[in-house]
Amino acid sequence: MKQLLTFVKKEFHHILRDKRSMLVLLGLPIVQLLIFGFAITTETRNCNIAILDNSKDEATQNIITRIESSTYFDIERTLSSNDQIEKTFKTGRIKLAIVFQSNFQNDLLHTNKAQIQIITDASDPNQATTLTNYVSAIVREYQQELNQNKDLPYTINTEIRMLYNPQLKGEYSSVPGVMGMILLLISAMMTSISIVKEKEIGTMEVLLVSPMKPSIVIASKVIPYFIVSLINVITILLISNFVFGIPIQGSFLLLGFITVIYIICALSLGILISTVTSSQQAAMIISLMGLMLPVVMLSGYAFPIANMPLILQIISNVIPAKWYIIMVKDVMIKGIGLFEIWQELLIIIGMTTFFLGLSIKRFKVRLQ
Amino acid sequence: MRTLFFLLRKEFLQILRNKLMIRMIFALPVVQLIILPNAANYEMKNINMSIVDHDHSEYSRQLINKFTSSGYFQLTNVSETYKDALVVVEEDKADLIVEIPQGFERDLIRDNKSKTMIVANAINGQASGLSVSYANAIIQDFNSEVRVEWIQTPRLNPQPIIEITTSNWFNPKMNYKYFMVPGVLVLLVTLVGFLLTAINIVKEKEDGTIEQLNVSPIKKYQFILGKLIPFWIIGNIVLSIGFGISYIVYGIFPAGNPFLIYLFAAVYLIALLGFGLLVSTFAETQQQAMFISYFIMTVFILLGGLFAPIENMPGWARILAYLNPVSYFIEVMRMIVLKGSGFTDILRYLCIISLFAIGFNTLAILNYKKTV
Repeated sequence: MKQLLTFVKKEFHHILRDKRSMLVLLGLPIVQLLIFGFAITTETRNCNIAILDNSKDEATQNIITRIESSTYFDIERTLSSNDQIEKTFKTGRIKLAIVFQSNFQNDLLHTNKAQIQIITDASDPNQATTLTNYVSAIVREYQQELNQNKDLPYTINTEIRMLYNPQLKGEYSSVPGVMGMILLLISAMMTSISIVKEKEIGTMEVLLVSPMKPSIVIASKVIPYFIVSLINVITILLISNFVFGIPIQGSFLLLGFITVIYIICALSLGILISTVTSSQQAAMIISLMGLMLPVVMLSGYAFPIANMPLILQIISNVIPAKWYIIMVKDVMIKGIGLFEIWQELLIIIGMTTFFLGLSIKRFKVRLQ
Repeated sequence: MRTLFFLLRKEFLQILRNKLMIRMIFALPVVQLIILPNAANYEMKNINMSIVDHDHSEYSRQLINKFTSSGYFQLTNVSETYKDALVVVEEDKADLIVEIPQGFERDLIRDNKSKTMIVANAINGQASGLSVSYANAIIQDFNSEVRVEWIQTPRLNPQPIIEITTSNWFNPKMNYKYFMVPGVLVLLVTLVGFLLTAINIVKEKEDGTIEQLNVSPIKKYQFILGKLIPFWIIGNIVLSIGFGISYIVYGIFPAGNPFLIYLFAAVYLIALLGFGLLVSTFAETQQQAMFISYFIMTVFILLGGLFAPIENMPGWARILAYLNPVSYFIEVMRMIVLKGSGFTDILRYLCIISLFAIGFNTLAILNYKKTV
């Protein structure tokens, strides 16, 4: 025990000495959370569009003014002919073009029917759909004002209630996501690299022939990073509470417990990575290149898992972050208890045991 | 020239010697490009819903039918009470509850007015907003059907109607993969190129081999070029493999001139690798270089325009995105691959990325001097 303590102290000194790395390790969660909270918003605003007004009358002017005054759109340019549309799209400056047919107001007043064409840059289908909806809503509003007589008979009114996140804030799903991603990446990367480093320099051999058990050597490398990860969790929770206003609905203790288990899982994944490589470069490629995008894209926080093809839904099960994110949402936002999340917790514990078991096996092989 | 040639030979030998690395450099992007773009799909299908029908009438049944046959919703649960349905949402087995009150049909016909309630799990604000608007559209649709049933509609439309037609250009089938594949490919090329270079000079520092290079008559620019060219070639190979996969797996062939992409990629890689080298000259240990790269890569990737359109971001984030070479490559890649944009369309981006290339490499050369 005393040996372990001395070793942990030594490792801590190593880490603390490297101020730049420290700054990254502790600063990254803050930066990432702020980017996710503020920059990656689902709201659309300031989208550049072009308008081709073939009618130039009061009605079209009226609609254009409405579009211009909405926060969603900035009119980048006004076009004068059809063939300018494609050219403008190809420069990448606009995402949407609105075309008013000629005689717009006349048709509207006399035949009760007028036409607007919306052309979108559907290379981003999601944005194209959203923008189309916004323009349609603005036009519909204008139309409704034209038709003052409302109050239709036989009306079904719908009452809408949004559970857990009535203001539909993006942070409610991004905070658990960032926690899942940062803890996994930082813990796995830090551990794997720091263990491999000893191998690369050759000091690992020295440590292993010393009277200390390999498990103590590994533990002393892992514990400081465990503490760094805990600090990160606390920072994230503080920011999410004080900056984004997300309260912790469930038990704080339970949240802490599942987080500790998850960090241990991530650290053991790091240990496992360190047993399969012998150079820091390779460890980095595996832990960064191999984990970063899959964790972001398959853990269910950038894209909903339910929408994925079946095969990817199956693959997503091996991403520990997926289970942790579900648990954090359950405990932190829904405020439910251990009884509802025991399955997810068991899966994480199972993964941890698997990673550790495999590491121990591989570690022994290496020593022979 | 001969010096550079020898340097390059040395670098290539070092890279090729590490079999595990070589395998990963090429295998990881391939596997990820095949898998990941499929994950990105905002199109909502099969939203799990729970129904609480207190009315059990003909109309409530019709409405439920409309929901289940819409293709958006999957009826996973029928609850007797709202409370029971809420438990189902808590357990994540449903994301949406539709409650039909008692007297739904009677009120609608007799009092001209009836009510339904939609309750959504809103933790994911965007998804829940969408599913609620689908549900609402279905109810409104049902509503107008009821109206048609009870009201004789006049033949001529008495109210002015503005008809909106929509055409979706460049991706008329609204295939999300066409959007994701070029973007993911850019990220993969970026990750490989950046991570490899960022660690490279530091490794020589840590191993001590850089001392030997420093005392040799190699010029600084030769040294930097010797480091840059191998990774530039690797980047281009990964890019080409990526195009192969995009074509074979996803059937995506650039609408524009493919050489234009290579032209841009050539300059982009110089910029990116220059930045990687800059990090390398700046860091003291490999570990440090990795953490710094991790930090930079995360910010680059998140603000690259793949996960959220840059126009939507607040001012400070847009400024960061303008300083992010990744966002230019993603944009240009999509322009050429999907829209068939030409040289004059991308010229602006090409100029910007050239400035990045010159800037980063100059800084890397200057900073390398300092560390000697």
